[in-house]
Amino acid sequence: MNARGYSVNHPSVQERIEKKRQAALTGGGQLRIAAQHKRGKLTARERLELLLDPDSFVEYDMFVEHRCSDFGMEADHNKYPGDSVVTGQGRINGRLVYVFSQDFTVFGGSLSGAHAQKICKIMDQAMMVGAPVIGLNDSGGARIQEGVESLAGYADIFLRNVMSSGVVPQISLIMGPCAGGAVYSPALTDFTFMVKDTSYLFITGPDVVKSVTNEDVSQEELGGAKTHTTVSGVAHRAFENDVDALLNLRDFFNFLPLSNKDPAPVTECHDPRDRLVPGLDTVVPFESTKAYDMLDIVHGIVDEREFFEIMPNYAKNIVVGFARMNGRTVGIVGNQPKVASGCLDINSSVKGARFVRFCDAFNIPIITFVDVPGFLPGTAQEYGGIIRHGAKLLYAFAEATVPKITVITRKAYGGAYDVMSSKHLRGDVNYAWPSAEVAVMGAKGAVQIIFRGKENQAEAEAEYVEKFANPFPAAVRGFVDDIIQPSTTRKRICRDLEVLASKKQTNPWKKHANIPL
Amino acid sequence: MAAYRSAAGFQRVLHAVKTFDKILIANRGEIACRVIKTCKKMGIKTVAVHSDVDSSAVHVKMADEAVCVGPAPTNKSYLNMDAIMNAIKQTGAQAVHPGYGFLSENKQFAKRLAAEGVSFIGPDTHAIQAMGDKIESKLIAKAAKVNTIPGFDGVVKDAEEAVKIAGEIGYPVMIKASAGGGGKGMRIAWNDEETREGFRFSSQEAASSFGDDRLLIEKFIDNPRHIEIQVLADKHGNALWLNERECSIQRRNQKVVEEAPSTFLDPDTRRAMGEQAVSLAKAVKYSSAGTVEFLVDSKKNFYFLEMNTRLQVEHPITECITGLDLVQQMIRIAMGYKLQHKQSDIPINGWAIESRVYAEDPYKSFGLPSIGRLSQYQEPLDLRNVRVDSGIEEGSDISIYYDPMISKLVTYGKTREEALKKMEEALDNYVIRGVTHNIPLLREIIVHPRFVSGDISTKFLPEVYPDGFKGHMLTAGERRELLATAAALYVAAQLRSQKFLGDLRVSVVPAESRQWELCVELDKGVHMLGVSRSGNNYTVEIDGEKVEVSGEWNLASALLPLTINGKHRTLQCLLRTAAGEITLQYLGTSFKLRVLSKLAASLSKHMPEKVPEDTSSILRSPMPGSVVAVSVKPGDNVAEGQEICVIEAMKMQNSMTAAKAAKVKSVHCKAGDTVGEGDLLVELE
Repeated sequence: MNARGYSVNHPSVQERIEKKRQAALTGGGQLRIAAQHKRGKLTARERLELLLDPDSFVEYDMFVEHRCSDFGMEADHNKYPGDSVVTGQGRINGRLVYVFSQDFTVFGGSLSGAHAQKICKIMDQAMMVGAPVIGLNDSGGARIQEGVESLAGYADIFLRNVMSSGVVPQISLIMGPCAGGAVYSPALTDFTFMVKDTSYLFITGPDVVKSVTNEDVSQEELGGAKTHTTVSGVAHRAFENDVDALLNLRDFFNFLPLSNKDPAPVTECHDPRDRLVPGLDTVVPFESTKAYDMLDIVHGIVDEREFFEIMPNYAKNIVVGFARMNGRTVGIVGNQPKVASGCLDINSSVKGARFVRFCDAFNIPIITFVDVPGFLPGTAQEYGGIIRHGAKLLYAFAEATVPKITVITRKAYGGAYDVMSSKHLRGDVNYAWPSAEVAVMGAKGAVQIIFRGKENQAEAEAEYVEKFANPFPAAVRGFVDDIIQPSTTRKRICRDLEVLASKKQTNPWKKHANIPL
Repeated sequence: MAAYRSAAGFQRVLHAVKTFDKILIANRGEIACRVIKTCKKMGIKTVAVHSDVDSSAVHVKMADEAVCVGPAPTNKSYLNMDAIMNAIKQTGAQAVHPGYGFLSENKQFAKRLAAEGVSFIGPDTHAIQAMGDKIESKLIAKAAKVNTIPGFDGVVKDAEEAVKIAGEIGYPVMIKASAGGGGKGMRIAWNDEETREGFRFSSQEAASSFGDDRLLIEKFIDNPRHIEIQVLADKHGNALWLNERECSIQRRNQKVVEEAPSTFLDPDTRRAMGEQAVSLAKAVKYSSAGTVEFLVDSKKNFYFLEMNTRLQVEHPITECITGLDLVQQMIRIAMGYKLQHKQSDIPINGWAIESRVYAEDPYKSFGLPSIGRLSQYQEPLDLRNVRVDSGIEEGSDISIYYDPMISKLVTYGKTREEALKKMEEALDNYVIRGVTHNIPLLREIIVHPRFVSGDISTKFLPEVYPDGFKGHMLTAGERRELLATAAALYVAAQLRSQKFLGDLRVSVVPAESRQWELCVELDKGVHMLGVSRSGNNYTVEIDGEKVEVSGEWNLASALLPLTINGKHRTLQCLLRTAAGEITLQYLGTSFKLRVLSKLAASLSKHMPEKVPEDTSSILRSPMPGSVVAVSVKPGDNVAEGQEICVIEAMKMQNSMTAAKAAKVKSVHCKAGDTVGEGDLLVELE
């Protein structure tokens, strides 16, 4: 025994620290790292290194180990310092972010009690200081050896996801398998991104599916990036590979405020705020039945044509995403006439509603471009509950108190006109382009109802067009604030946003609202 | 740019004579705009006609009045004589300028105008008819002692007769539409098989383009130059030649780059050609502006090719060197005035080059049409001695219905060298986004040593690029410049993304680094670069060589004006993504680069390779258009190079062939379908 109480035969504390640190840094060991690379995936630490600014990562809980003593897990060789997740905080372009990155090389990234505890620790701190949480998911699921402790761990995380919701932005990037209970944490976060070909999200895997429903389905078909970004709407976007995903995530992070107490960020902007966009004067076709691409309008108006689209391949009849106006982050919502005439249906309503609510929760002004012929009719939609799903979008726009600017580019028909951030739902500035038509429905349908069974339908139709297929009925009533030349739209919106930056509006006190889920 | 641009003097001259009060322009696009400009200067009111899809086109906005003459397809609108005649009546236009193409050489139209007492700004019906028919025009030319090409002066009945005649004249022969022009309905054949095929294609194309499938055959002059003489004749028997235009740079018999004068002609040849052109014009009692096209062989023998009885696309270069406004002259002549000039008044002042900027992909047979919306568009008009004739603007659609020309970019200089230098600059400063365009090809042609030395022929493109156009080939020094620019742009963007304004929270940006280690990929080559920055100046070290790059680094601007190693260069940034992809247009060609930090690059090696689709068994449409014919059905065996289907786009028929011998697995199109670029047509096994 030496003076410090350790046996001379044992390594010093200093050496043990160093050894543990080294062990933590190599995770599951070189063989598993090589296997991870072979799958086309980076390790948990490599991912963090790429995601965060150089030398900015501050790691927590490197020495935490799992506490399981069953099934031989207590053996030294089954203990990995840090266990199967790397946690801490760091910076992205200088701004604070809390991160966890699951380590597939340690027990397949499975979630132990210790693993969950580490995640909870950073989530608690992120809430207190007001900084976003990014989770890099790569986990086989629960640590089966730990049983209920693992399940408890999931629930602890779920609870924090819910508590943090609307307080700090939460982002999940799925970079490997994510199955069973594990899927609900990403589902509760604000954004779920996936990596193509190497990530999966499902409640039960193909084997269980086969045994229960006798369906034959591959992992990719069941829960790959394509499925979730095009069919289910579970994920918001997919990237080519780990490197691509992490670099894009850095870019995406720049759009977000750090918390609900912070304003939307403003970056240096080289695009003149008063730039005219001549192309917008001709973008809406003369024939009101002809399609055009709403993205042409969005790209023309926003800073530097840069638009980070959310769910670009799901419910394409509505376009949502982030952009900047004179450097300031804004949320863009637009009907897409190119797809299903830009109608609102179940999927597009839900997609739009969730996006609007995110923007409202995080002080991001919402700019809405309206060209909507109405809600999609039919049994499929009615049976699917278009009434309650459509109500979500209506609800989201109505409750939002952030600056709301609306531009009616062409059709604003029926209830869908009301829904799309109309003046009546507290739109701050509502514009109409000269091509705008605000009416209960298209002329043909309207005339068939008003003049049912009467002759001279064509004449009546012409009269209806003359009366309603223009912006005046809405403008004379003050339902739009001005009719503007399309080429001046950017200039007007930039100016309005400056004015509205100090907007203060509160909803009545309530425990929480009751959105029609 | 001589008189055409010096507005003050121009105005005075133009107002001096009384002409028409109102002119209808029976055309669209740049030529309609071009005519309207002169009308405005002459104080003449203008009427535009347009199809429904063109209702917000530039020519419609420029004109005082506009009349819709039908739906998008040209035969229902711009070729719709009834509708155009109605538009004339409705607006009270006294004269019609037909531009080029469409009804410009349609004698029927000229006749109907004459019947209504409306002036046709062009030659009279007799001249149009005589010169419009290639067979008749050749006979007249012969009689007027104009040199002509040996050939068959009659209509060819069928493919077999074509083969027989070809045998008599001797190969190679050219099969062309009797009513043709602009390279449409034209095929060259070197043997009997090609003659049969050429006959079939040409007659189909001639039928669809001109409504007249008569064909003729003549000896094909191998490797000639295409040089044409601009003539101007009045109704009083006076005629002038306004020098030549060199139009040898062509692809598929359509002109790409033209210049005036030609480097090849000596004053004697020029005079001889000019005089023959004038004598032909006089022989048909020609009035108005016209063009006599010649083929010129390497010994300066010239042969009459055809006479175009209209304003030519490439007329601006003649205007630049002569100082005349040809549209103004045409209007005066139509009004019955005598020519203002004598032959000795016609100068050659300086040099003018015209590049035809097309919405087409130059990497596919030197240019297959592309369509799209011009999301960004900026002409290089702030440069001196640059003229851009265009009929589109930012936001315009280039559609499948019309010619895919974006503009005619004309530069002028005291010398050819000056005009060429200006062209380089103009092409580099031309911003076109949203459609694929041929600037890469134009930019390469005008700096190619053979072109610069004047050693050109109509075979220039296939000879210089035997394996097709591949874009600019970078020298080692240029490659370094490009890599350095991408690296500097990357750093400038990275630094900006760390700048947040008015943020109350503490932002911890790492002490600003002055050194970056980057990895830049270009064409599968990977380079490690060291970048250091001082203000807006970047020093980039590549393989021990230093490149200095400085500029404003405005990340929102389409143009990147830079100083690279002391030289001024304008690049364009076409794409910059979060994942480090940067596409730069440099020396006309766009290059895809990827800039990554050293860390990201080293981790990228673990990323899985994505396997690209095997394209040899898949036939996709190379351009948007319509399917004319499908020659195979599932289960057929096809040989390599065998025709599978025919796609028509912009009035050109393109034969799609099998890339390998195989069995047809599935057919995804049928005759009459409209297909987009990249659409699956046929799958082979």
